Amino acid sequence: MENKRDWSVHPPYLHPGYKSTVLRAPSKPLIPIKHTLSERTGPVYGLDTIGALDNDLTKNGIKNGEPLGERIVVAGRVIDELGQPVRNTLVEIWQANAAGRYIHKVDQHAAPLDPNFLGGGRCLTDNEGYYKFYTIKPGAYPWGNHPNAWRPNHIHLSLFGNNISSRLVTQMYFPGDPLLQYDPIFLGVPPKGRELLISKFTLDLTEPSFALGYEFNIVLRGNNETPFENK
Amino acid sequence: MALQTPSQTVGPYFAYGLTAAQYGYDFDQIANDVLVGDDMPGDRIHIVGRVFDGENNLIPDAMIEVWQSDIKAFGRMGTGTDPKNRFHFETVKPQSLDGQAPHLAIIVLMRGLLVHAYSRIYFSDEAATNAQDVVLNSVPQERRHTLIAQRHQVNGHTEYHFDIYMQGELETVFFDV
Repeated sequence: MENKRDWSVHPPYLHPGYKSTVLRAPSKPLIPIKHTLSERTGPVYGLDTIGALDNDLTKNGIKNGEPLGERIVVAGRVIDELGQPVRNTLVEIWQANAAGRYIHKVDQHAAPLDPNFLGGGRCLTDNEGYYKFYTIKPGAYPWGNHPNAWRPNHIHLSLFGNNISSRLVTQMYFPGDPLLQYDPIFLGVPPKGRELLISKFTLDLTEPSFALGYEFNIVLRGNNETPFENK
Repeated sequence: MALQTPSQTVGPYFAYGLTAAQYGYDFDQIANDVLVGDDMPGDRIHIVGRVFDGENNLIPDAMIEVWQSDIKAFGRMGTGTDPKNRFHFETVKPQSLDGQAPHLAIIVLMRGLLVHAYSRIYFSDEAATNAQDVVLNSVPQERRHTLIAQRHQVNGHTEYHFDIYMQGELETVFFDV
């Protein structure tokens, strides 16, 4: 089934409030494409891709001690539009450290790097579509989009699902963040879709005396009727 | 039906998460610029290109992904490490499948793209099959050239050049996949 991208929830390419879109957004209409083998298939990654600490960002960057900041659990379920689990699919994440600084060389924000925090991780969903990461709550950081612009706390996520048509790159936000109402990247999403990007705090995922739990469920395009990679 | 989770930009700082080894970070990556092992039969090819914005500035923080369905191979590369901000991929020439002309599916991601863009790379030395290709034929004729990589022989290997223009007269065709 060729479920299309739902443009009532996805942002448009051109969103002038987010200045970088102005010279980078495709300006001509997208051309519809009939799905062929290229669109119905995609890369499949197995457990051999995942290192032992890849889903634990509180440990996978340790050099000489624990990373600083608030430990959190980020977990949820990846489903398709019919509510069926997307099984054994790769989830990649990256984020700033607790001070709002990315390890990336281009990041010039004058906040400290944490020698024990890398900020990248990955895991596979299980047979029911569930995934789980341990990490540090990312800090907010300033950016140059407009005067006094700050990105809300967020974690970047990248998923494939069952084929390249279900590919999703997105950002997870935190409940009650006062910066959301000023963030043109978040506000690029039509109002109907915004809530879907905000994780929920839950005691069910909170680990006593260890880490607060945030639930973030993800809905990928299409459904599992879509032919699999090896058919 | 459950609503799709909305897309957000990959942003400027994807490198250490998605292309860590390429950019020299202490983390590995699931895919890189070499799609196939040395033992893969077929014609070895290189694909090289650049990405331009609406003012013809080179984009140094794009990430390009390629999917080659005939051999189920995937590649990923950022434009931030090559001195000329090129992406390049090494693979074998795709076969014609489903009656389509040989091609690669590509995904373009970058800061400033709130939703990734899909396109295709076809090959200039496949004029006859390109002329019959259903997808190419669905593109207005005057824009088809934006999807066709040009073949060159460089230092004894076959290299296809494929530049991506986000806007303007040469704007690459992007698909509503």
